[in-house]
Amino acid sequence: MLAESLALSAVLFSIGAIGVLTRRNAIVIFMCVELMLNAVNLTFVALSKVYGMAGQVFVVFVMTVAAAEAAVGLAIIIAIFRHKQTVNLENINLLKG
Amino acid sequence: MLAFLTSIGYESWVLPTLLALPVAAALVIVLHGSASKGEGTGGLDDAAAMFPRRITLFTFLLEFVVSIGLWWVVAPGETGFRAVVDLPWIRTWGIRFALGVDGISAMLVLLTTFIMPLVVLGGWTSVRTKLHAYHALMLILTSGMLGVFMARDLFLFYVMWEVMLVPMYFIIGIWGGARRLYAALKFFIFTMVGSLLMLVAILYLGIKAGDPATGIPNFAFDQIFAAAAQTPQGGINLSWFGIFLPGSTLLFLAFFSAFAVKVPMFPFHTWLPDAHVEAPTAGSVILASIMLKLGTYGFIRLAIPLFPTAAMSPGMRTGIIILAVIGVIYGSLVAMVQPDFKKLVAYSSVAHLGMVMLGLFALTRESVQGAMMVMIGHGLSTGALFLLIGMIYERKHSREIAAYGGIAKVVPVFATLLTIVALSSIGLPGTNGFVSEFLVMVGSFKTYPYMTTISALGVILAAAYLLWALQRIIYNPLDKRDNEHLTDLNWREIGLLVPVLFAILWLGLYPKPVLARMEGATTSFVRRVEAGASQRAASLPRGAR
Amino acid sequence: MLLQEATRLSHPLSGSIAEWVWLIPLLPFIGFLINGWLSITSAAHVGPKDPSAAGHDAAGHADDHGHDSGGGAHGDDHHAVVRHRYAGIVSVVGPAVLLLSFGLAVAIFMAMLGVSREAPFVRTLFSWIPAGDLHVDAALQVDPLSMVMTLVVTGVGTLIHLFSVGYMQDDPGYPRYFAYLNLFVSFMLVLVLGASYPVLFVGWEGVGLCSYLLIGFWFTDKANADAGKKAFIVNRIGDFGFLIAMFLMFANFGVLDFVGVSAAAPGAGFNSALVTTICLFLFLGCAGKSAQIPLYVWLPDAMAGPTPVSALIHAATMVTAGVYLIARSAFLFSLAPVAQLTVAFVGGLTALFAATIGLKQWDIKKVLAYSTVSQLGYMFVGVGVGAYTAGIFHLVTHAFFKALLFLGSGSVIFAMHRAYHATHNHDDAQDMRNMGGLRRYMPVTFILMWIATLAIAGIPVFAGFFSKDEILGAVFARTHESTLSEVSWLGIPGGSLLYLIYAMGLAAALLTAIYMTRMMLYTFHGPNRSGEKEQSHLAEAPWIMTGPLVVLGVLSLFGGWLNLPALLPLGPVGALEHWLEPVVGSATNAVTRGPHEPAHSTELALIGAAVAIAALGIIIALVRLKPDRLVPKAQAPEEQGFERVLLHKYYVDELYDRVIVRPTVWISRNVLATGVDEGIIDKLLVTWVGAGIPRLFGWFGSRLQSGQVGTYAWVLLIGVIAVLGAFTFR
Repeated sequence: MLAESLALSAVLFSIGAIGVLTRRNAIVIFMCVELMLNAVNLTFVALSKVYGMAGQVFVVFVMTVAAAEAAVGLAIIIAIFRHKQTVNLENINLLKG
Repeated sequence: MLAFLTSIGYESWVLPTLLALPVAAALVIVLHGSASKGEGTGGLDDAAAMFPRRITLFTFLLEFVVSIGLWWVVAPGETGFRAVVDLPWIRTWGIRFALGVDGISAMLVLLTTFIMPLVVLGGWTSVRTKLHAYHALMLILTSGMLGVFMARDLFLFYVMWEVMLVPMYFIIGIWGGARRLYAALKFFIFTMVGSLLMLVAILYLGIKAGDPATGIPNFAFDQIFAAAAQTPQGGINLSWFGIFLPGSTLLFLAFFSAFAVKVPMFPFHTWLPDAHVEAPTAGSVILASIMLKLGTYGFIRLAIPLFPTAAMSPGMRTGIIILAVIGVIYGSLVAMVQPDFKKLVAYSSVAHLGMVMLGLFALTRESVQGAMMVMIGHGLSTGALFLLIGMIYERKHSREIAAYGGIAKVVPVFATLLTIVALSSIGLPGTNGFVSEFLVMVGSFKTYPYMTTISALGVILAAAYLLWALQRIIYNPLDKRDNEHLTDLNWREIGLLVPVLFAILWLGLYPKPVLARMEGATTSFVRRVEAGASQRAASLPRGAR
Repeated sequence: MLLQEATRLSHPLSGSIAEWVWLIPLLPFIGFLINGWLSITSAAHVGPKDPSAAGHDAAGHADDHGHDSGGGAHGDDHHAVVRHRYAGIVSVVGPAVLLLSFGLAVAIFMAMLGVSREAPFVRTLFSWIPAGDLHVDAALQVDPLSMVMTLVVTGVGTLIHLFSVGYMQDDPGYPRYFAYLNLFVSFMLVLVLGASYPVLFVGWEGVGLCSYLLIGFWFTDKANADAGKKAFIVNRIGDFGFLIAMFLMFANFGVLDFVGVSAAAPGAGFNSALVTTICLFLFLGCAGKSAQIPLYVWLPDAMAGPTPVSALIHAATMVTAGVYLIARSAFLFSLAPVAQLTVAFVGGLTALFAATIGLKQWDIKKVLAYSTVSQLGYMFVGVGVGAYTAGIFHLVTHAFFKALLFLGSGSVIFAMHRAYHATHNHDDAQDMRNMGGLRRYMPVTFILMWIATLAIAGIPVFAGFFSKDEILGAVFARTHESTLSEVSWLGIPGGSLLYLIYAMGLAAALLTAIYMTRMMLYTFHGPNRSGEKEQSHLAEAPWIMTGPLVVLGVLSLFGGWLNLPALLPLGPVGALEHWLEPVVGSATNAVTRGPHEPAHSTELALIGAAVAIAALGIIIALVRLKPDRLVPKAQAPEEQGFERVLLHKYYVDELYDRVIVRPTVWISRNVLATGVDEGIIDKLLVTWVGAGIPRLFGWFGSRLQSGQVGTYAWVLLIGVIAVLGAFTFR
C-alpha cells in the first residue's frame, strides 16, 4: 500500500512539475503548483503510517499555506490580467534585468 | 585657566559634548523642518529659512567656545591623551565609546570647530533650497569629523569615518553644480572602496586583540597596538614575482587604501577635483579644510604607528615618498593649466597634501611637525580660497578664470583678501605656508635629500600657477562689461575672512604655541615608529623584510 | 640659549640704542599698515547684505567707477587730475616713517663707532620656529655690514620716498603706492638685519613680493601684470636654490643662524663638496634676486613699474641683496674657491653681456635696467673673488649714482609725460628718440645726470671710479698667490680664468661708458624731437623731486671718499674696509693668504688702464653718435643685422619662452591634465577598469534576468537536479 501511494504521489508531482515548466497560462501553472503540493501531501500522509502522526499534522500546515497562497496568487493574477488583459506568462516580463 | 577648567570638570564632558551638540541641533532642525511646510524664497527675508541658519551658526559658535578649553588642556610638552572618556558601548563585541585627544588631534579638533562657523556664514546666502536638510547634514558631518579625531576605539573610529561620508555625499549631490551626481557618486565610491578594505583589517585586528577565552573582540587603541605588534608571521607569497607580502604589510596596505584615497595621494586623487568643483562652497571648504586631513591623520594616528615595520620598510617607504613627491609636482603642473579656478585649487591641494605625506614618511621630528603645520595651514588658506571663490561665484555665477580679469578695480577688498590668501598658499614667509613647508622640507632633507629637492621645485610651480590665476582674475585689463557691475564683499563676508587671515599671519609669525603643543605627540610618534621599525626589522626573518 | 643670552648681555652694545633695532623695520611696517588701510577704505564700496540677490541692480554703482575703470595706467589719459583724498596724510606718513628709521639707524651707527665691533650684536625678539632640532629665532643682527646696508636702504629709501611724493602725486592709487613702498623697505630691512638665513629669507621673499606688487602697480595693463608675475616666478627659481642651501646647512651643521654656521662651516673642510654645493645653491638664489645670468631676464621687464620703484627696488636696494648675501656668507664662500670662481665668472659674463644689450636700447629706463644688471655683475665679480669690501663698496656707490640716474630719468619721463598730457599726445614718453635737447628745459636734472654718468663710467674722483677700480684691482691681484688661482674651474686654471674675468670687466667698463654717454647725448643734447607743441610744456620737475636728486648728486660725487685707496690720499684711507673688517676681514684674508698690498706701480698701471678705457668709451660715443640725425620713434627705420639682435636682447626671452615656459605648459595641459589625469587615471583605470569590470558582471547577470518565469523554473529544476546529483554521486 505504501509503495503504491508513493508511486502515485511521484507521478502526480512529475505531472505538476512538467506542467509548471511547460505551460504558459498563469492559471494552469498555478493549478500545477497546487498539484505538486498535494502530491507532497500524499507522501506525508502515506509516510505517517510508518513515522507517526507528525506527517498528518504537516499536511494541515501545508494546506493552510496553500490556501493562503492561492488567495494571494489568484489576486495577483487577477491584478495582472486587469493590467495586461492576458495571463500568458510569455508576455509578462516586468522583472527583466 | 587650567584651574578653572578643572573646577568645572571640563575634561570629563568636553569631548562627548562636542559630539552631541551638533546631533542635538540637527534633530531640532529636522523637527522644525517637518513642522514648517512653507515654500519660502530661502532668502534672508524668509523667517522659516533663517531658523536653521541661525541654529547652526549658534551651535558651531558654541562648539568653538566649548572646544577652546582644549588649548589649555593640551599643554606644551604633554605626550599622552587628555580629556579621556571611556564607556562601554556594544558589550558583546567589546566595542567601547572611547574618546581622547593629544596634541595632534586637539589641534585638528580646534581647526574643525574654528572652520565650521565660517563655513556656515560662507554659505549664508548662496544656499536657498532645502535649508533644513542642508544644515542638519552639515551638523551631522561635523560630529562625524570630530569623532574621527577624538576616537580612541578603532571601531568607533570606523563608524565615525563612515558617518561623515553620507552627509558629504548628499551635500555634493543635492546642492552641487551641474555634474553633481557624477561627482558625488565618484566621491562616495572612491572613499568606500578604500574604507571597506580598512574594515576588514580593523575586524582582523579587533579579533586578534580580543580575549581568546570569551571570544569577545577588543577595539581599544592600546590593545590594538599591542595586537599589531605581534603581527602574523604568515602572509601572501607571490612566488611568481618573487615577492613575499608579510601579514603586517597586507594590513598596512588595507589601512593605506582607506587613507591614501582620502588624502588624496597621487593616483587616487581624481575624485577630488570633481568633488571640489561640483560641491557647494561649504562642501568644498569642509572637504579641503578638514576631510582631507582625516586621511593624513589616519596615517599619523593609525597606519604608520600600527605597522612601523611595514610602513617603514625601504620599498614601501620609498614608494610612498615617490608618490608624495609626484603628487607635489604633478598637482602643481596640472593646477597650472586648469581653466576652472576651483579645480586649480583642488589640484593645489593634491600638491600640498603630497607635502604632508613627504613629511610624515621622512620621519624626522621637524618634518612631522611640519606636516602637521601643513595640515592646519592648508585647512586655513585653502579653506579661505574656496570661501573667496564661493563669494565671487555668488555674484557672477562662473568659476572660469577667463570670465574675470581686472576686477581689482571693481572689488578692491576682494582682490586684497584673495592676494593675501593666495600668497599664504604659495608659502610666502610671514604666513603659515612658509613655516609649514619649510619645516617639512628642512626635516625631510635629512633623510631624503634628493626627493626633497625635487619637491622644493613645487615652490616655484606654486608661485607660477597661483600668480598666473591671480593675474587673470584680478589684474589685467577690465575687459568684460558685466564685471564692471560686480559688487564688493559685504561686512558678513569680510568679517568671516578676518579670523582666517588673522590665523594665517599668526601661524606664520608666531607658530610656537601650536608647535609646542604638538611637539610631545609628534616626538612620541617619531620615536615609536623608529623604535618599532628598527626592532622588528631585526627580528623578522630575512625574506620578510 | 643661556650662553647666547650671556654673550648678548656682555656685548658692548647691550643696553644701548641698538636694543631698539627692531624698530627700524617695524616703523616702515606701521607706515604700510596706515597707508594700506587708507588705500582700502578709500577704494572700498562694501557690497549688499545678500550678494546673490543684488546681482544685477548695481547700475548706479557702475557709474561710480565709470571714470577710473579705464585704468589709471601711466600713459593713459587721466583727465581729471585730482589728488587722492588722503594724499596729504599719505605724503607725510610714507616718507616720515623712513626718516625715523634712518634716524634710528644713524643713532645705532653712532653708538657702534665708539665700541668694539668684533662680535655681532644679536637682538633676539622671540622664538620663531622651534621644532625638533631646529630653532630659528626672530632675531636681528647689528654688525658693521648690516649697518652699512641699513643706512643705504633707509637713506636712499627716504630720498626716493620724497621723490615719489612729487612723481606719483596725480595717481589714483597714491596710498596703495606708498603702502607697497613702505612694506618693501620694511622687508628689505628685515633682509639686511636678519640674524639667520631663515629670517633673511623672510625679507628676501618679502621684497620679492613687494617688487611683484609694484611692478604690476598699474595692473590694468597686461604687460605690467605679466612683468610682475615674471619677476616673482624667476625670483622663486632663485629662492629654490636658497632653500636647498638652507636645507643643506641644517642637515650638516644643525644650525641656520649666521654665528652658528660661521662657527660650524670650517668643520666641513676647505674646498669640500659640501661647502661648494651650499655656495652654488646660495648663488642660484643670488642670481635670481640680483638678476645674473641666466636669471636676469626679469629685471628689464620690471621697468614696467613706476620709475621711483625702479630706482629703489630695481637699482639701489633689492637687487643688491644677492651681493649682500654673499658678503654675509663670506665665511662659507672663502672655503669654496670653485664656487667663488663661478660667482666671479658669472658676474663678469653678466657685466659684459648686459652692457652689450644696453648699447642698443631706446627706452631710457631699459638702458638703465641693463646697466644695473651689468653693474650688479661687477659687484659679483668683487664678492666672487673674495674682495667683499670692494663688492659692498660698489654696491653703496652704485646705490647713489644709479638711484640718481633712475630718479633723473623719472624726472625726464615726468616732464615728457606732462608735456604729452597737456597736448593730448599719445607717444612714448620713455623713448629717447622722442627726447633730445632736454638740457635747455631741465638744467638741474641735466647736470646731476652727467655727474652720475661720469660716476658709473669710472671717471676719477667720482664715486664709481673708486669702487670699480677696487674690484678690478682685486681681480688682478688674485691671479697669483691666492686660493682662487690654485684651483681649476671646469678644467681652466683659476689664474687664467681671473685674467679672463679681468678682461671682461674692462670690456664692460668700455661699453658702460659708451652706452651711458649715448643715453645722455640722445636725451639731453642735440635738437628736441618731442614735437613743437610739446616744447612749451617741457619744464623742470618740482623741488620735492629735484631736492633728492641734488642730495644723490653730492653722494655720487663724494661717495668714493668712503673707501679711498692708499694711492690717492684725499682723505681717510680705506674707511669702509676698516669698518667691515670684523665681518669679512678674515674671509678676505683667507682668500689672499693674509693682507698684502700690491706694488704701487702695478696699481697705478691698473688705474691708468681703467681710466683710459672709460675715457675712450666716452670719446667713442661723442665722436660716433650724432644726436642731430636721430628721428622720433614713429619715423625711425627698423634696425638690421646685429643691431636688431641687440635690440631684441639676443632673443633670450623668446628662447626661454620656447624652451621652458611653453613646453611646461604644453606638457601639463596635454600630457598630464588630459593625458594622465583624464585619460589614464579617470578614463582607463576608473571608468574602464574600475567601473567596467563590475559593469561587465552586471551585464552578464542581467542577461539571466529574462523576466520569463518559465525560464526561472527550468533553471530551478536544473539546479535542484545538479545539487541532488552532486550529493548523490560525490
